[in-house]
Amino acid sequence: MQSPTRFKGTASYLTNEALETAVDCALALQKPLLVRGEPGTGKTLLAEAVTEALDTELITWHVKSTTRAQEGLYTYDTVQRLYDSRFGDGDVKNIRHYIKLGPLGRAFSSEKRVVLLIDEVDKADIEFPNDLLHELDRMRFRIVETNEDVVAKQRPVVIITSNAEKELPDAFLRRCVFHFIDFPEKDLMTRIVDVHHPKLDSALVEQAMDAFYKIRNMQRLRKRPSTSELVDWIHMLKTMGVKDVKLDKNLPFLGTLLKKEQDLVAYADQLSGGARWRS
Amino acid sequence: MFIPFIYKLRQYGVPVGTQEAIALARAMAMGLHDSSLDGFYYTARALLVHNEGHLDAFDQAFLSEYRGIEGKHVQLKQELLDWLKDAKLRIQDLSAEEKALVESLDLDELKKLFEERMNEQKERHDRGNKWVGTAGTSQFGRAGKEGEGVRVGGAGGNRSAVQVADARKYRPYRSDLTLDVRQMEMALRRLRMFHREGAEEELDLEGTIDATAKNVGELEVVTQPPSRPNTRVILMMDVGGSMDPYVEIMSRLFSATKKASHWKELRTYYFHNCVYGRVYKTERFDDPVWVQDLMHECGRHYKLIIVGDALMAPYELMRQGGAISLNDDNALPGIAWLMQLQQHFKSSVWLNTEPPAYWDGNTIAAVRQVFEMFPLTLEGLTQSMQHLNRGKASTRKS
Repeated sequence: MQSPTRFKGTASYLTNEALETAVDCALALQKPLLVRGEPGTGKTLLAEAVTEALDTELITWHVKSTTRAQEGLYTYDTVQRLYDSRFGDGDVKNIRHYIKLGPLGRAFSSEKRVVLLIDEVDKADIEFPNDLLHELDRMRFRIVETNEDVVAKQRPVVIITSNAEKELPDAFLRRCVFHFIDFPEKDLMTRIVDVHHPKLDSALVEQAMDAFYKIRNMQRLRKRPSTSELVDWIHMLKTMGVKDVKLDKNLPFLGTLLKKEQDLVAYADQLSGGARWRS
Repeated sequence: MFIPFIYKLRQYGVPVGTQEAIALARAMAMGLHDSSLDGFYYTARALLVHNEGHLDAFDQAFLSEYRGIEGKHVQLKQELLDWLKDAKLRIQDLSAEEKALVESLDLDELKKLFEERMNEQKERHDRGNKWVGTAGTSQFGRAGKEGEGVRVGGAGGNRSAVQVADARKYRPYRSDLTLDVRQMEMALRRLRMFHREGAEEELDLEGTIDATAKNVGELEVVTQPPSRPNTRVILMMDVGGSMDPYVEIMSRLFSATKKASHWKELRTYYFHNCVYGRVYKTERFDDPVWVQDLMHECGRHYKLIIVGDALMAPYELMRQGGAISLNDDNALPGIAWLMQLQQHFKSSVWLNTEPPAYWDGNTIAAVRQVFEMFPLTLEGLTQSMQHLNRGKASTRKS
């Protein structure tokens, strides 16, 4: 048995041991990797990092609330075929012209091992993941119209992301390697900020981080700011040449961190040391 | 081997089975765990846990199974020796007390003492004065009052698996503890039905083929309206009096139902203790709506959800004129109104804020004769939604 490849993150994507182990398990056992975590903790970026580390191609399938499992496999353009038959365009006899492979289908038929990202799987209908069980397990599906099987030439690396808010079906979960992206602790966060904004005044970073974690720990925030917000915020501070950050009413660019009106109210409220009122 | 650990996990409520065990065995055969306990911890966690709600239980099971075999002693002893060496080098920086401590203890004796304590001690220990732990006044531990103390473990950088597990930082994700708006929304989402309605935007393939064939091959495109959610819900909430302690959870349920965009229609009404003839559109009991009118307006296909503790004085439920508010229609006892509602709607549930343990020997028992009752917990909510989807499964108990 060949020794399994080890994922160590990339220059711009920092990981920890837990995440590396999860990716290694998914690669070695050829199971889909299910990544959950708060919004903005880099779930989608993980797929890009794995793609970069494996030096291959990334196929992304953005799931929306109306997405159905079938679309990931293939779609059969009936209307086009009907029109073609009516007006005599195209080769109507060959049904293959009207079958378009979806992201899953393209990943299966690719010659090399690609990374398939199924992004925000929880957006779709509750039954959506179940509909993909068989395909992800066997890495094959049948095109009913042509009676052909699409079989994965190289099992793609499947990475599935989900926000930590919806229960996914058990049968689906059981087939996945699971990783929950924690909110980064301060030293990892410092390194992450450093990757995105090198050569930044360390005193400013220190102050910004301090304010950031204080805001994050505030009560009653509907949407707590996360990594991507912090990175954006520091970017703003840098571009606007802010030298000094203090946690008070005039915190610069607060809107980058807190995006809901209620949160801004809660922020002002707690800053002034007001008594906690019941919402 | 890890098989006992699998059973331990099940004992702690992490649903693992053969499939997971085999996956873990394969991973270990490939050496993914690097033959270390830390590696094993992360590998097992990735493969055995499928939900952040179980991470805390996993940590606990891991601790109870593997605490004590982590070979921490060796590592700690080394740290201890390093510290002492270090301390001797910078002895002038130490306070008189610390100086005395360092000098009073001979290295070997200290080692022996430390080992004894480590073995004596069965659990992690904080804030004591003897055991090894944190924030204490013993010579061993960290973040204590003993100057810098003998810093034991917990140094910056990588934490060992047992320490990671011990921190129990996944506790907030346990699903059996809290019931927040989002979780309620997810539970409510189970209540849905689809119905084709609206503008004809979707291609009806079967219909098109049919029509085209009838049209002797001339293309005839037939469209149909897309399938849309078609669930209409009536939510009635008990407010005031005995419901006051539940204000918080009621407001969460309320915002969850308001956000449930998959429903075609949601009507919310309020009542106090029991429904008598009228329900109200506001919490302050303004805007009354006659229950008769409501039933007339809303067909049998509406789903009725009543939330309340169903606790009241027996006469409020059973006697004519039992309503405690004078404005209410008093000709019928409360229970009769409840029965009318139950009979009118094809599916209805009562969500009770009281835990099921208190459901006997009071008015709750009587209300349960009428409505199918579920506790207002995540599980109860989910079950009640399933019940609503099924509708009146069988004839009610008489």
